[in-house]
Amino acid sequence: MKTIIENVSRRRFIVGAGGLVIAAQFISLKSFAEMHEDYKTGAGAMPHGVVTDPHVFVTIDKNGLVTIIASRAEMGTGAARTTLPLIVADELEADWSRVRIKQSPGNEERYGNQDTDGSRSVRHFIQPMRHIGASVRLMLAMAAAKHWGVDVSDVEAKNHEIINKKTGAKIGYGAVAVEAMALPAPSADQVTLKTADQFRYIGKGTIKPVDQKDIIMGKAVYGIDAKVPGMRFAVVARPPVFGGKMVSYDDSATMKVPGVEKVVVIEGTPAPAKFAPLGGVAVVAKNTWAAMQGRDALKITWDDGPHAVYDSATYRTQMEETARKPGVVVRNDGDAEKALASAAKVVTAEYYLPHISHAQMEPVSATAHFANGKLEVWAPLQSPGGTRDELAKKLGIKPEDVTVHELLLGGGFGRKSKCDYAIEAALLSKAVGAPVKVIWTREDDIQHDFFHTVSVERIDAGLDQSGKVVAWRHRSVAPTIFALFVPDPKHESALEMGMGLVDNPFDIPNLRCENGEAEAHTRIGWFRSVSNIPHGFAVQCMVAEIAQAAGRDPKDMLIELIGPPRIVDPRKSQDVKDFWNYGDPFESYPIDTARLRGVVELAAEKSDWGKPLPPRHGRGIAVHRSFLTYVATVVEVAVDEKGKLTVPRVVTAVDAGFIANPERVHSQMEGAAVMGYALARYGEISFKNGRAQQGNFDTYKVTRINESPAQTEVHMVPHGLDVPSSGIGEPGVPPFAPALCNAIFAACGKRIRSLPIGDQLST
Amino acid sequence: MNVTVNGRQHAFDGDPSMPLLWYLRDELGLTGTKFGCGIAECGACTVHVDGEAVRACATPMSGVADRKVTTIEGLSPDGSHPVQKAWHALNVPQCGFCQAGQIMQAAAMLAANKNPSEAEINQTMAGNICRCGCYQRISAAIKSAITGA
Repeated sequence: MKTIIENVSRRRFIVGAGGLVIAAQFISLKSFAEMHEDYKTGAGAMPHGVVTDPHVFVTIDKNGLVTIIASRAEMGTGAARTTLPLIVADELEADWSRVRIKQSPGNEERYGNQDTDGSRSVRHFIQPMRHIGASVRLMLAMAAAKHWGVDVSDVEAKNHEIINKKTGAKIGYGAVAVEAMALPAPSADQVTLKTADQFRYIGKGTIKPVDQKDIIMGKAVYGIDAKVPGMRFAVVARPPVFGGKMVSYDDSATMKVPGVEKVVVIEGTPAPAKFAPLGGVAVVAKNTWAAMQGRDALKITWDDGPHAVYDSATYRTQMEETARKPGVVVRNDGDAEKALASAAKVVTAEYYLPHISHAQMEPVSATAHFANGKLEVWAPLQSPGGTRDELAKKLGIKPEDVTVHELLLGGGFGRKSKCDYAIEAALLSKAVGAPVKVIWTREDDIQHDFFHTVSVERIDAGLDQSGKVVAWRHRSVAPTIFALFVPDPKHESALEMGMGLVDNPFDIPNLRCENGEAEAHTRIGWFRSVSNIPHGFAVQCMVAEIAQAAGRDPKDMLIELIGPPRIVDPRKSQDVKDFWNYGDPFESYPIDTARLRGVVELAAEKSDWGKPLPPRHGRGIAVHRSFLTYVATVVEVAVDEKGKLTVPRVVTAVDAGFIANPERVHSQMEGAAVMGYALARYGEISFKNGRAQQGNFDTYKVTRINESPAQTEVHMVPHGLDVPSSGIGEPGVPPFAPALCNAIFAACGKRIRSLPIGDQLST
Repeated sequence: MNVTVNGRQHAFDGDPSMPLLWYLRDELGLTGTKFGCGIAECGACTVHVDGEAVRACATPMSGVADRKVTTIEGLSPDGSHPVQKAWHALNVPQCGFCQAGQIMQAAAMLAANKNPSEAEINQTMAGNICRCGCYQRISAAIKSAITGA
């Protein structure tokens, strides 16, 4: 039996009876894609695909003010509200100073897919946005040509004006806007895109991020800042253990707190609950403080449910035992078992990466107003369109009766792809008959997260007499995100295994990947770069471990393992099922070892790899392809006699195909080093009795400025439009932690195999 | 009690233990000051009280009676404070959520010490978390604000 799961991370999958994803469903996208795109992407296969109607995305008023619709979520990459709009503006030949950005509501029927995750915004939308801009440019030219009574080939658009090439006469965009925008959208074959040498904004990195001025003046409006007349404020006491339920509660003390108005029970949903609220008891009050005081005064008896015994230390032991036994074979080249048995030397290592929490600076929050059968929601959402559908379903109303106002996200990193908080707000507004803002405290946000998975990765590598790697067996054990959507499959999905496990690019004749069983005991969700974190950590640390065993330079070892320039196609390997390639066609985005090696060489060269360093300093290198982008990172560390770790320098090389906004790529890579440091150094959510043991930034530490990498240099491999743009938001993260740990080993000889580093360096 | 916020005096007769943060956000609608942790660990809510940087989430209303509070909305009328200008020039923010707190902290530091050393900058700014990881640019922007470059 097959079931199509809609809205799984807004991707669309067919799930087999066992719950494993067996195929991504590709839906054909006609006209634009077939006639115009230089290369195919998976954009059309996303729910609601791509909309390229210029009337949906661009309006121009009589004064020439161009308004461009941003339909995706802006969470700090700049992609949604700066980069995609500047692509439209460039093709439109608009003067950026006369462009305004307007955020669309959640509505995928109208705007196409709005799910902002998977590092897809520029990758999937650079070509559609170019097409939209070029279409409007043509419409303006047609209107001006009609005005002058000349052929459209006799006019050209230049910097917000149409020029009559014969007479030299000029007419501003505003003067022909009404006529131009009344024209139907030109067919795809009529539209001519610019050539790269004609770009004014694309690829330049000169445009200031759109919201920057408002941000530094405190005027930017984030989801948590929503203001609706008459709104109440709510906090929710949620079951402390995933799968738990409220048995009884006493709100007598709560109701005495000044400002508290009402206590409302929110029902939980049994697993698999997708993005449904955890349930619990909500306190609605006149302000946030009163609601928080009221919640503190609640007396609740919980039934902790089946995960009450979840203990992450015990679970780790269990996962390690699993990783020491054969698992399901998920890729099999040659005969790794035989090659390991006959190897001259076998290097074995086991790596552990705990759960982590997103801890985006803006805790999740939503404001809702339900009245007269209609719902309005204001929130920071990575998937505003998907949220609208979820809200309609939950409240039993039509999507047309749900308006989702998308506000800025104070960080997302995957957490805000899951709209449980918006559903809570909607249910509460319906219950109290007034607009309600739900606030999650930091403790709520950290303890009731959709946590990054926990994982044990075990790799055995066999070397021959000459020190060449002839066998590689990688066993990965980690609870799956898919436990959110289907009864716990207990195995990584094709998506997760496609993130650095089965897509291993190494030139090793006997290569075997296995996946052991692991049950999800909490909500597992996707965190920036997802399974690439554990898989990339294990693989890239292992390379340095092999280099050490073989007495080789780690960078040389890495280059040797990458091997000659070629395309690695995991679909040709035995036992690889449903290799997903991040949902994009392999033909557009193959695994190209020349590009992989290219970033390694670039990072090594720019970081002065091989040149002497002071005592107790060391360099480490790691490379990883994720979200179709190749990133190599060299981290330089110093570890003093007492084990104090500092990071004086990070050098990152990025090959992301054609880069539309290098300035924001730079900032993403700088940030990825900081987030990579946080997860390597501190990142751990541990569980005892089913309860998350960390709650706020005092116990769940993240990188601060005084320990942050002092200097992160970013080098981008230049490409023309012939090399498709790939992901940027996530790919900087995976190589950082292994490069850091490899550097630590080089500096002081201590090999870190278990994250976080914590106090493992203290002597 | 009375409290002056961005030059305007307000009367307050609510719970004196309520943190200034929620008064600013929920009662005055000044949402430029952000909630990040509630326990003075992240600095997102940093405001000035009589010119000094404090965490609004851990400052009860009773602590600001008859004092002058400046929020990000009151730092300058048009974003022209040297720190804001440096932030804009170097494109510091990513998501931007922590930046009001960062800017208020940096502005208070420079008001008290016109030429802080690198170590002083790191020490003073260590209370302000940026999860997107803008630290390199924060550091550069502060140095730029110092020199006026």
